[in-house]
Amino acid sequence: MKNSFFMKNPSLLVFLGLLALFTLGVTLMSEAYGSGLVSTSFVKTLGKTLCLALVAIAMDLVWGYTGILSLGHFAFFGVGGYMIGMWLMYARTEIIVVNSMASAPIPPTASELSDAIGSQIFGVVGSSDFPAIWMFADSLVLQLFMVVLVPGLVALVFGWLAFRSRVTGVYLSILTQAMTLALSLYLFQNDSGLRGNNGLSGLQNLPGADNIPQSVISIWFLWGSALALALTYIATSFVVSGKFGSVIRGIRDDEARVRFLGYSVEGYKLFVFVLTAIMAAIGGALYYPQAGIINPAEIAPIASIYLAVWVAIGGRGRIYGAVIGAVVVSLVSTWFTGGQAPNINLGFYVVKWVDWWQVLLGLSFVLVTLFAPKGIGGLVDLFTGRLAPSRKGAPLGPDAGSLREEEAEK
Amino acid sequence: MIRFLSVVFMLIMTLGLAAQAQDANIQDVLQEHREAIEKSSRKTIAPAIDAIAASGLPSAQTVLQKWQSKDMWQRKSDGQFFYAEKVDSKTYTIFAFEGGTPLGDIAKADLDQLKPNSGIRAMIGAALVQFQLNDPDPVRRQEAILAIQRDGEASHLAPLRASIASEADPDIKALKEVTERLLTISYDTDDAARVTAIQGFNGALSLEARAALNPVLSTKITLKDSLPETANIKRKIIAGSDALSVSDAFDMLVASGVTQAQPTVSERKDALAANIVDGKVGGVAVADLNTQDARDRAYQTLAEAGTVPAWDAGFSEADAVKSAAFVEVYDESSKAVTDAAEATLKTIDRAVGLNQTLDLALDGLSLASIYFLAAIGLAITFGVMGVINMAHGEFIMMGAYTGYVVQQIIPDYTLSIIVAIPAAFMVTFAAGVAMERLIIRWLYNRPLETLLASFGVAIALQQIAKNIFGTQARPLTSPAWLDGALVFNDVLAISYIRIAIFVLAGIFLAVFLFIMKKTRLGLETRAVTQNPRMAASMGINPDRVNMLTFGLGSGIAGIAGVAIGLYAKVTSEMGADYIVQSFMTVVVGGVGNIWGTLLGALGIGFLQKGIEWLNPSNTLAAQTYMIVFIIIFIQFRPKGIIALKGRAAGD
Repeated sequence: MKNSFFMKNPSLLVFLGLLALFTLGVTLMSEAYGSGLVSTSFVKTLGKTLCLALVAIAMDLVWGYTGILSLGHFAFFGVGGYMIGMWLMYARTEIIVVNSMASAPIPPTASELSDAIGSQIFGVVGSSDFPAIWMFADSLVLQLFMVVLVPGLVALVFGWLAFRSRVTGVYLSILTQAMTLALSLYLFQNDSGLRGNNGLSGLQNLPGADNIPQSVISIWFLWGSALALALTYIATSFVVSGKFGSVIRGIRDDEARVRFLGYSVEGYKLFVFVLTAIMAAIGGALYYPQAGIINPAEIAPIASIYLAVWVAIGGRGRIYGAVIGAVVVSLVSTWFTGGQAPNINLGFYVVKWVDWWQVLLGLSFVLVTLFAPKGIGGLVDLFTGRLAPSRKGAPLGPDAGSLREEEAEK
Repeated sequence: MIRFLSVVFMLIMTLGLAAQAQDANIQDVLQEHREAIEKSSRKTIAPAIDAIAASGLPSAQTVLQKWQSKDMWQRKSDGQFFYAEKVDSKTYTIFAFEGGTPLGDIAKADLDQLKPNSGIRAMIGAALVQFQLNDPDPVRRQEAILAIQRDGEASHLAPLRASIASEADPDIKALKEVTERLLTISYDTDDAARVTAIQGFNGALSLEARAALNPVLSTKITLKDSLPETANIKRKIIAGSDALSVSDAFDMLVASGVTQAQPTVSERKDALAANIVDGKVGGVAVADLNTQDARDRAYQTLAEAGTVPAWDAGFSEADAVKSAAFVEVYDESSKAVTDAAEATLKTIDRAVGLNQTLDLALDGLSLASIYFLAAIGLAITFGVMGVINMAHGEFIMMGAYTGYVVQQIIPDYTLSIIVAIPAAFMVTFAAGVAMERLIIRWLYNRPLETLLASFGVAIALQQIAKNIFGTQARPLTSPAWLDGALVFNDVLAISYIRIAIFVLAGIFLAVFLFIMKKTRLGLETRAVTQNPRMAASMGINPDRVNMLTFGLGSGIAGIAGVAIGLYAKVTSEMGADYIVQSFMTVVVGGVGNIWGTLLGALGIGFLQKGIEWLNPSNTLAAQTYMIVFIIIFIQFRPKGIIALKGRAAGD
């Protein structure tokens, strides 16, 4: 059993155990099922954090393992949210409209219903017609397919174009950033069919679940998010542990060499790019019903850069690193920006963390990049003995990546 | 028309009877119309005003002006009119209109002030025009003509024509002639004169010419049968085309009584709702009325029973309007005039189109120079050194805030800009050098991590700027000599700030080329970029060169910040607005070549303006399409417009 899947991924069992403990613990302390120690809004924050951890794993797979610094994965996250948001908004508005029309003397026809729903949803952007992209919004199943399909197709087309013409490195990063910017600018338009900068709102109200309190729904979503995170973790461990994992790490470290060995580098990259885009979209589809609102500002390029920041702080090239990074940074960030952190009185100036947290984040990010390229996850190496070999100051080689030394050691 | 004739009459009086009028007295004229003036009603005042204007007396203008400004007073004892000046609250000095001789002080109680209402004041104003058109002061003449251009009326035409011959100033004469043509187009009764006037505007660009021609060409769509034989028809209209929708055409038919309106869907629905009996309508259960088909059946049953208006299920509005003839007809009755106006408008449109193209090109050029300015610092740090500096936008912001701070210290705008440019360079040069020494140099072989580390610097700098200067936009005021615009004609204009930015971009290009090609630093920079180890062996200190090059790129970003701050607002987020576009510019142009950056900026600037022109209401869409276009462009030329070849290209 030395080569079993779990032996190769010792972190997997630990992670799953911790995740199960965490979810159970929160449930037992929640307002709905337990002592009420944890407020419903904080349960939602924790559920959202799990979704962010999920998208961070996707980012780690595409950047930490394959070496593609994509600045577009948060856009896929947002698109996933939009897709599920369309169904949530349509279905809920439909219930409201049907109820309000029930008192009319004559029952409404199908087209009257759809017109009424349309003017309810698109009234804010001065329209009442359903755009073609809302074609499947009345069906949960079809719209769930769209969650996977739309970001997958965007990633496929974009990735195929980009990898085919061998755009690599920083150029690819800039290109993905441009894609993200184009997408968010597009969604900002009123005639994009997705309500412009109003975005989709009221997503926390599940259709047909008006009698179920938010405290219960939040626990459902927490469990859903935890389950999705666990499945993503297992899938990612599986992807990176076999021969496929070796090839994509090879691509990260020396793309040309892998190509000369006869592997279709573009195919591998495209597969990882599309797979991670879909993972990100699923994360988004779970995140935004908990957040309640999605608008184009969520997709802005800076969000995708923050995603890279989480992964870098947590530690690239290790799945648990991505989870640690996303959880730590987003929770600490909530703590600081929520005004809970105590102010520091320097005598001549009072440091208010609401104002200075961004500065601290930026600087700590610089420090992590400079002095701890392995991130917080690198601390784990201290007790698993995977310490970097000392080369006594000799150069790392012509194109030294952050992880090359320890891999050469294996 | 009556007013027009009266003005003509008045003019004849003015010209022909001037000699006779010499010995008349303005007071007599006023007394003659005393009743109307005292009554001060808009309906009856016209003869009085005309008589004063037509008297030809030198004091007529004074009377009208004083009357208009409510300075005309009447003495209660004898009803004589004067103008008066206040001495104190109870006493006024009265003056005779002729020569303005003071006639002594008089108690206010003995005087009545004439208070013409705004309608009468406007009539007095119109009568005053003829005096203003012949005013000895050319400035006032010009003002009067411009006032007529803005707000002309038929009564202005005759005095204007009369004043042209005697006009001495050639500029004002030309202006008068143009104005006369404009008024002729709108108000003359003679079609031939109007046609000549219209043809005089062939290829003209002025807004006034277009404003005068457009009302002549106003049209409405109507039924052909409702028109008299003489109607000036522009063209036939087919119902259901872009010009006339089927439902509008049908409404027109109904309005003219040609056909009967059918009950609409919602009217039929209301009729159904009103006829529910025992949960059924026309034999159909109410619960089943949730399809249009069932509703139609129920309505038919009701209609057959005669409870609701008849409705023909097979009726279609499209068929009903097919047989009717619709035409677009000019409001103007003379065909000669409308033909001439159409022809002239066509030449005007062609001239305007040409100038708009030029204007668009100028817009594109100025946008390109802004992009170039924002990107040129990046062309050094990213293009030459290969360092991705996400904080480049924040260096632009630092430069702009430096300019703002300098303006707070030095109030003179010209001087403050002269100080701000080197100050911004020094501040951002220092910041760049510090950043290179502390962060970038440790990451030269980890380019992706440079991106992330510099992003950390960027968000820190942005937040620090927000903490210091607040979130609201700060103004960076340009000196007065940069205000306004260089106006070529009514269509073509460019603001001086944009010209200044264009010039600045040109200067930067020259400075960049000079430093890179002609100085030791440029030589060393190129050497270090190509092969740092070999350069080091040749005695070049790569650390020092990298530091100075990065500082130079950052410093130029600072100066660009001052220029951009002059034309846009200074906020802590302004850098973020430019960073993606700047990278695009460098990547599209081709990394490592300044001419490529220039071409990239030109291409992106013109492209964006071009897309905006196609869809002017939506600049967001223009940006979206532009980025998509760039992404596709990079597919075909991954190395940009100008790709480095050979060893300089590196890997």
